[in-house]
Amino acid sequence: MSEAELNSMTFDGPDESGHFGPYGGIFVGETLIAAVEELQAVYQELSSNEDFWREYDSQLKHYVGRPSPLYFAERLTSHCGGAQIYLKREDLNHTGAHKVNNTIGQALLAKHMGKSRIIAETGAGQHGVASATVAARLGLECHVYMGAEDIVRQAPNVYRMKLLGANVVSVDSGSRTLKDAMNEALRDWATNVDNTYYIIGTVAGPHPYPQLVRDFQCVIGREARAQSLEQIGRLPDTLIACVGGGSNAIGLFHPFLEDEQVAMIGVEAGGRGLDTGEHAAPLNAGVPGVLHGNRTYLMTDDAGQIKETHSVSAGLDYPGVGPEHAWLKDLERVKYVAATDAEALDAFHKLTRLEGIIPALESSHAVAYGMKLAADMDNSHCLIINLSGRGDKDIETVAKIEGITL
Amino acid sequence: MSRIAAVTQRALQKGSKLLIPYLVAGDPNLETTKKLMHSLVDCGADIIELGIPFSDPSSDGPVIQRGVERSLAQGTSLADTLQIVNEFRQQDQVTPIVLMGYLNPIETMGYEAFTQRAVDVDVDGVLVVDMPPAESTTLHQMLRNASIDTIYLVAPTTHPDRAVTIAQHSTGYLYYVSLKGVTGAALTDHASVQKNIEALRKLTDLPIVIGFGIKDGDSARAMAQQSDGVVIGSALVARIGELTGLDAISLEQITATTDIIKEVRQAVNSAS
Repeated sequence: MSEAELNSMTFDGPDESGHFGPYGGIFVGETLIAAVEELQAVYQELSSNEDFWREYDSQLKHYVGRPSPLYFAERLTSHCGGAQIYLKREDLNHTGAHKVNNTIGQALLAKHMGKSRIIAETGAGQHGVASATVAARLGLECHVYMGAEDIVRQAPNVYRMKLLGANVVSVDSGSRTLKDAMNEALRDWATNVDNTYYIIGTVAGPHPYPQLVRDFQCVIGREARAQSLEQIGRLPDTLIACVGGGSNAIGLFHPFLEDEQVAMIGVEAGGRGLDTGEHAAPLNAGVPGVLHGNRTYLMTDDAGQIKETHSVSAGLDYPGVGPEHAWLKDLERVKYVAATDAEALDAFHKLTRLEGIIPALESSHAVAYGMKLAADMDNSHCLIINLSGRGDKDIETVAKIEGITL
Repeated sequence: MSRIAAVTQRALQKGSKLLIPYLVAGDPNLETTKKLMHSLVDCGADIIELGIPFSDPSSDGPVIQRGVERSLAQGTSLADTLQIVNEFRQQDQVTPIVLMGYLNPIETMGYEAFTQRAVDVDVDGVLVVDMPPAESTTLHQMLRNASIDTIYLVAPTTHPDRAVTIAQHSTGYLYYVSLKGVTGAALTDHASVQKNIEALRKLTDLPIVIGFGIKDGDSARAMAQQSDGVVIGSALVARIGELTGLDAISLEQITATTDIIKEVRQAVNSAS
């Protein structure tokens, strides 16, 4: 692509057929096409309906507790000794992460479409909990698909979902993690397509999911933008967010994309190090391909089989990434880096001790890179880290790594 | 005329129905797949659908998933799948082979390299489950230019306008998915199949075969009565699963495995 073409790019994708440049699209079996097209039509109509957004905003305010604060991390800032670090506190949302912004929006869509049954896939369990929560809130039947491996890793969240009335279905196929849970959810959807709404938890899947999940998550960036102007008196210089599928990151980034002076960094899960191959960083070390309904960067082997990924954080342990991120990477509008398990764990402890905030292991990746970056910057520089979730769910994992039995 | 068109025309002219078994390449290993394919032809298969193994077969039910896992455990790739066709062709230049699978292994190999290799080994048709016509432009054109048939699915949920487009994209035959669900699910709603096939007949002159949910002679007969043929996958793959773990697979074991296709052949013939 020429420089002139690049400069004339806008960031208002996807196009009508659901593409962000060469990425995105609709790659599903024929049985699901009608369901995807129905969702597309309904969303197109509702997304310009003020009443729909009024209801959504009202749920966010009174049920989720928004707006979430933009918090100046004073001790973390002085510890790093450089840029001013602000945290966007998605960890303070009801259910403890940004995931609920999306599940509320999609559950309202499901209700509007007259679907009585919702299904969801989950890795760490946060999206499963957020789905089960809104299902309880709206009185919908809920089935959550979860890899057998993850069910063991995230036992408290499994119990939480059950308390909320959801049926948690253990997935034993493939690598028994998030990607296999997504396969199984797609199979369920194809089978029960008449009465079922599939709440995808991230900005991936067939069009229009990457678009609608982004739209629901953009509340993060819209708030952060207004809060910056009010609290700092100007826009921030740099935004940092972790990227698994990438919904919290796109939610923060998207409302700033046209602000050329704002730099953006997505932090993928570097696992045991990019050079070991044991990570979940397709934007750093993957190639474009097709999985779960869209074309995007993927971790695959030479024969095109999807590789097993590794991350200390179950929520980032996914071999793909949202197609809009793939496009933003190619456009060089967002820079994508990786933080290792060890760096994330270190940041987890630092933030906990310095600010009294226990971050989710996913968010700890963003904190890790943010701390490193802040240290090299002038103190006039303002940096916002998206604290996408709280770490209560991770304390068993962290204790286990440190050889402590709770 | 393509090999698929020739076989189809011959069958339909004599009032016979098409029988299309599906198996996964490399399940339980490459050598056995090749023997199974020859045996399927002996049992009366008209066309063979050879599955390209993929790690994330999200349109397939548990039986075919396990077949794919057995194949991947042997390290079977798309290149190996094409090599099986190559070796099969050394003995059989008549039976059409349709490769069926998911897009990512083909993307990874590259559309051009895949098409060239498919031509070299004499593949007759390609069906990519997760590549609807709207996303298929480049690969579709390359396959067409190479005179390889492009086969697409029509589902019970497919809108009639869309079915017309799909039929226009298809050559060889149109594959009607008999049920809402994944491969190997139980087919219960025969009436809606009949209604949908009748509607499809008005939209296309292509032969229509029915797949998903055909598990034995009875279900094959019922579906063959309404269409030009049947695809049978999971029931065969389940039998192939019983061969796993054997040190050496005898010819008797091969023929015992493909026996179900003989039974289905008879049932399908009785529907003609």
